[in-house]
Amino acid sequence: MVDAKIRIRQLSYSYGGAEALREINLDVPANAVTAFFGPSGGGKTTLLRLINRLNDLVEGTRMQGTILLDGENIYAPGVDVPRLRRRVGMVFALPLPLPGTVRENVVCGPRLAGIRDWGRLEEILERSLAQAALWNEVKDRLDDPAVALSGGQQQRLCIARSLALEPEVLLLDEPTSGLDPISTAKVEESLFELKQQYTIVIVPHSVQQAARVADYAAFFLMGDLVEVQEGTRIFTTPQDPRTEDYVTGRFG
Amino acid sequence: MDRFLVQRLGFALLLFVALVVVVPILFVLGVIVVEGSMAITWEFLSAMPSDGMKGGGIFPTIVGTFLLMLGTAMASIPVGVGGAIYLAEYARDTWLTRAIRLAIVNLAGIPSVVYGLFGLGLFVLFLQFGTSILAGALTLAIMTIPIIISTTEEALRAVPTEFRTIIASLGGTRWQGIRGVVLPQALPGIITGIILGLLRAAGETAPILFTVAAFYLPRLPHSPFDPTMALPYHLYVISTQVPGMPLRIQHGTALVLLTLVLSMNVTATVIRSYFRRRRQW
Repeated sequence: MVDAKIRIRQLSYSYGGAEALREINLDVPANAVTAFFGPSGGGKTTLLRLINRLNDLVEGTRMQGTILLDGENIYAPGVDVPRLRRRVGMVFALPLPLPGTVRENVVCGPRLAGIRDWGRLEEILERSLAQAALWNEVKDRLDDPAVALSGGQQQRLCIARSLALEPEVLLLDEPTSGLDPISTAKVEESLFELKQQYTIVIVPHSVQQAARVADYAAFFLMGDLVEVQEGTRIFTTPQDPRTEDYVTGRFG
Repeated sequence: MDRFLVQRLGFALLLFVALVVVVPILFVLGVIVVEGSMAITWEFLSAMPSDGMKGGGIFPTIVGTFLLMLGTAMASIPVGVGGAIYLAEYARDTWLTRAIRLAIVNLAGIPSVVYGLFGLGLFVLFLQFGTSILAGALTLAIMTIPIIISTTEEALRAVPTEFRTIIASLGGTRWQGIRGVVLPQALPGIITGIILGLLRAAGETAPILFTVAAFYLPRLPHSPFDPTMALPYHLYVISTQVPGMPLRIQHGTALVLLTLVLSMNVTATVIRSYFRRRRQW
């Protein structure tokens, strides 16, 4: 496997007493789309949220093992967590704009980071919306309330909001689960552009989507990482019988 | 018995119960408004009382109540809102925070005369503020704080958790999320809670009885360490302690107090409904 951006080593995680992930070992390559797929309850979203430490907000959890970003342990003491989250962006399953206008939503992250210069923020605004394939649709509506956009536009707005920080890694948690097929196609298309510049990890909302977008695919089942393969091999010639049962639709 | 008849009897009974609640309120309001409005003149609102309160106006009681509200607001809003932010946004669920919440709930249920005696002991005597606006406002603030804390905490918890998660995911600190998104979204609820808390304080007699209220003091206070007359206590005094008091003055004073309290209540309702219509989630 080429150049790994993220290395996950011996990672176990539990909520309360319930195990969510068991001894995960996985490399996420740079400048590629890696898909975490599998039936729900498999630990995909949990793993995603561990990569930018969003699960710090949850109480009563236990983690063992390490996650390395560019070789550095992100759970080491003294890590600047807000800075980590600017390097590792996240898009959530439900498009939820923050209260305010389209413009305010996109530049929210840079402003939190202390950028006050509106000239610079305007540049960020246009670049991020263009990268999220939304600029042409909203360039005349930048001061409209963000909730006035359609569902598909709102989700691309949320992607633009994450891209505004120029993260190195973009985590997408079922970014198209609430979208129609046309919007879904637009989001997927933008992923092909984005992976030139970013390392992308996606939890796809279906096996079909995983097969369409993934350069690497990892199959998760009940907290175990069953199998990782490059390209679409995992969907055509899975090594593990459990993977085969899932991708052929025998369960899930 | 015919089940439709049962239903109709049931509804009739419920209507009767509802009327039992509403009629006395309307009656009291009607009497005070009709009788009281005859007493309301510019002089009544702006003059000092005279002739053993049987003449003149009630100006110092209005000023006194206003100053008490101001002092109560200044003391209770920072403490109440700050405490609520801590409880809703920062505090983990431990025995200590559970004890604090339990204390807040119980404080809200304590009879107001107990607050009055507490204020007398702590502010008037121990801290030697004397019978003063400061002592009265702080006593009223202690009574108001639990109301502000619980309504503010509720308003903060009503803001979706996702907004906090999003701000965190964009590299914001917890405080940036609170200041930038959570507080602005919760503000209408917080303001409503503050007004309702102050409203209760505005109408109370017992807490100011021993701490600030003057029986008869026909001048305006000069400093926070002065006693003052106040509307609720004045109403109590002229209704029970002064023989031969004209009924007109009692009704007029009641109308002024009622107008003050109702207008605050209406303001709270208007703010709440205005922001609820503008809310985006």
